[in-house]
Amino acid sequence: MMWIVSLLAGSLFGAGLTISGMVNPQKILNFLDFAAISSGGWDPTLAFVFAGAVTVMAVTYPFQKRLASPMIGSTFHLPGRQDIDMQLVAGATIFGIGWGLVGICPGPAIAAFAVTKVHLAEFSIFFAALSAGIILRMVTKNRVQAVPAE
Amino acid sequence: MENFTPWTGLIGGLMIGLSSAFFLLTTGRISGISGIIEGAMEPGQSGYGWQIVYLLGLPLGATMVGMFLPQYLPEIKVTASWPVLALAGFIAGYGARLGNGCTSGHGVCGLPRLAPRSIISTVVFMSVAALTVFVTRHVF
Repeated sequence: MMWIVSLLAGSLFGAGLTISGMVNPQKILNFLDFAAISSGGWDPTLAFVFAGAVTVMAVTYPFQKRLASPMIGSTFHLPGRQDIDMQLVAGATIFGIGWGLVGICPGPAIAAFAVTKVHLAEFSIFFAALSAGIILRMVTKNRVQAVPAE
Repeated sequence: MENFTPWTGLIGGLMIGLSSAFFLLTTGRISGISGIIEGAMEPGQSGYGWQIVYLLGLPLGATMVGMFLPQYLPEIKVTASWPVLALAGFIAGYGARLGNGCTSGHGVCGLPRLAPRSIISTVVFMSVAALTVFVTRHVF
C-alpha cells in the first residue's frame, strides 16, 4: 500500500512540476531575476506555482490536526524542531547558491528526465552531483553524531 | 513579462499541493524531495523501498503529461556548462540536507504550517538564489 500511494503521490508531483513549467531551469532563473522587472523580462510564474501549492497545504493542515493518525501508518512524521541553528541557515544559503546557479532543484532534476530530449547529459551530471552532495552530508552527519555517542 | 504562464503555473502548483496533501494524509509524511532522495540511498533501513517508487513517480507523472496533455509539455533549456552543473548539483544536494530540506520540504510543506525553521529556510534560499542570479546575469 505504501508503494502504491508513493507512486501516485510522486506521479502527481511530477505532473505538477511539468505542467507548471518548473522542470525548465530557464523559467526558474527568469523568476529569480528580479533585476529584469524593469526591462519586462521577469517571469512571475514560480510565484503562482508556489501560491497554488502552499494554499492547498494551508487548508490541509487544520484538517490533518484533527486526525489521530494517517490513513496508512501509525503516526504523523512532522518535524517538531523550532530552533534556528547555523546548519539551517548555512544549508539554505548553500542550497540557494546551487539553485540560483543553474535553476534546478531536486524534484525537477528527476522529473525533467522524462521531458527533455536534448539535455539528458546535463540533467545526468546535475543529478549525479546532487546525489554526491546528499551522500557527503549523510556520511559527515553520521560521523559527527557518532562522536558524542562513544 | 515574456513567457509568463500564470494559469498552467497555478494549476501545476495546485497539483503539487494536492500531491503533498494526499501523501501527508495517507502516510503522515512530508513530501520533501531531497529527504526522499537521501532515504533512497539508505538500503536496509526499515520500510525502505517507497522512496525509490516515489522518485520513479516523478518522471512517470511527467511522461503522462506528455502522453495525455502534450500541449502542456514545456520546453526545457539548460544553458549552464557541465562544470557549473556539477558544482551546482553538488552544493544544492549538500546544502539541502545540511538545512534539512529544499523547495519542496521547507517551501511547499513547511511554510504553510508556519514552521519557523521553514520560514527562515525559504526566505534565505530564495534571497540567496535571487542574489546568485543577479551576480551571474548582471555582474559578470
